[in-house]
Amino acid sequence: MDVNNVPQEGNRTLGNHRKALYAKAADGKMVIVPSRGSEVDETVTMQAVDRMNALAEDARARALAGNTSPLEYWMYARRMDVALLSQISGIWQWRIRRHFHPHRFLHLSPRLLASYAEALGLPPAQLHTLP
Amino acid sequence: MNPTNTNFHHRHAAHCESGVASSMMSHHAVNLSEAMAFGLSSALSFAYLPFIRLTGFPLIAYRMPPKFILKGMKKPFQTHFRFETFRHPDAGMRRLDELLAQGKVVGLQTSVFWLPYFPEDMRFHFNAHNLLVYGKEGDDYLISDPVTELPQRCASADLQRARFAKGALAPKGLLYYPESIGRTEVSAEAVRNAIKKTVRIMLGPIPIVGVRGMRMLANKVAKLDHSEHSLNYVGHIVRMQEEIGTGGAGFRFLYAAFLQEAAQITGIAELAVLSERLNEIGDGWREFALQAARMIKGREAFDPTRLAGMLRTQAERETEFFRTLKHAVA
Repeated sequence: MDVNNVPQEGNRTLGNHRKALYAKAADGKMVIVPSRGSEVDETVTMQAVDRMNALAEDARARALAGNTSPLEYWMYARRMDVALLSQISGIWQWRIRRHFHPHRFLHLSPRLLASYAEALGLPPAQLHTLP
Repeated sequence: MNPTNTNFHHRHAAHCESGVASSMMSHHAVNLSEAMAFGLSSALSFAYLPFIRLTGFPLIAYRMPPKFILKGMKKPFQTHFRFETFRHPDAGMRRLDELLAQGKVVGLQTSVFWLPYFPEDMRFHFNAHNLLVYGKEGDDYLISDPVTELPQRCASADLQRARFAKGALAPKGLLYYPESIGRTEVSAEAVRNAIKKTVRIMLGPIPIVGVRGMRMLANKVAKLDHSEHSLNYVGHIVRMQEEIGTGGAGFRFLYAAFLQEAAQITGIAELAVLSERLNEIGDGWREFALQAARMIKGREAFDPTRLAGMLRTQAERETEFFRTLKHAVA
């Protein structure tokens, strides 16, 4: 890659950041060049972000309809899945799936609720609400 | 007390670990560029690891595993790094304060998700990020994060969270600093050995590592159907290659920069020519990323056979390249 081919078209997922890329300067030396990012990076990052957001939105709709607990929404909203939430909270995956049952979740013990709150980095009371 | 290392210089780098290694060694009077840290530790690689899943996709790595670069500093500089992990977050934070008060610059392993200065869309649960702390002001830690252009600040509660994040590759509060550094110059011998090691990794016999791993990934891509999942799969490959701090083209440009420096140190002129060739191979990787992105955006029909073909071509070119590299340093 030549220095003037370093993408600068901008990538909104980077915010105000610029990332360092390596490219060949006019004298043939490889140098570090700050890049505003490219459409390629933006496409693939947004694809991953959108996928997580879609999962969260779907869980929110189901929670509002009473078909799942808000826990499932917050799990996706914090960019986790059942496997990851289980690893972080130390609660078995099948138990987490059981807690997606709205009625069961409502009567969850404060201790379990605190474990979820800790893993998700949210105050416990918020886990019973939906945005 | 507000201990701050005033003679510390932040450097912008492509990759967190090689950036940390280069900044930390430079702080201790070793003139070490990021590219040299990366090359000298033989960190360039390729691996397709279907048994490790990241949000449902296989791990595709363009470099060796975390901590490989830091450990790679040991032999060439006769350094001894001290690594410390903690069971209790409080103890971990206390120890960090203690080391800062002694005037040390401290390396940390953290999660990306809990660092507030990261852009929202880049915050995923990735636990093997590296950064340096060079001081504290009030409740804020002064942070030199190699992948950001300028130094950052982070409140202690957030930093604690990031250091003690759980899950795969959990950092357990890991902090590190060099205890002693035996030599400050890079020797030609060390450079040649590092290159030989990279050649061994890339042309090795394990079917999921090196150029064989690329071919295996190509076969996997060729079999993709036309579902949404397939598009996400291809996007995932490109993210691992371009988005996750690689300096472009999955570290190929960074290694090309290393080969230029290597040519100077060893006096082997052919390495400069090979750097040029790797640069072109890197452009091939970018071409692959561009095609994949166009297909994801729907500007072109999704054609897994074509993408697989591009991967096979890359594998072919890298095989040729590393064979020549082997002869150049033999």
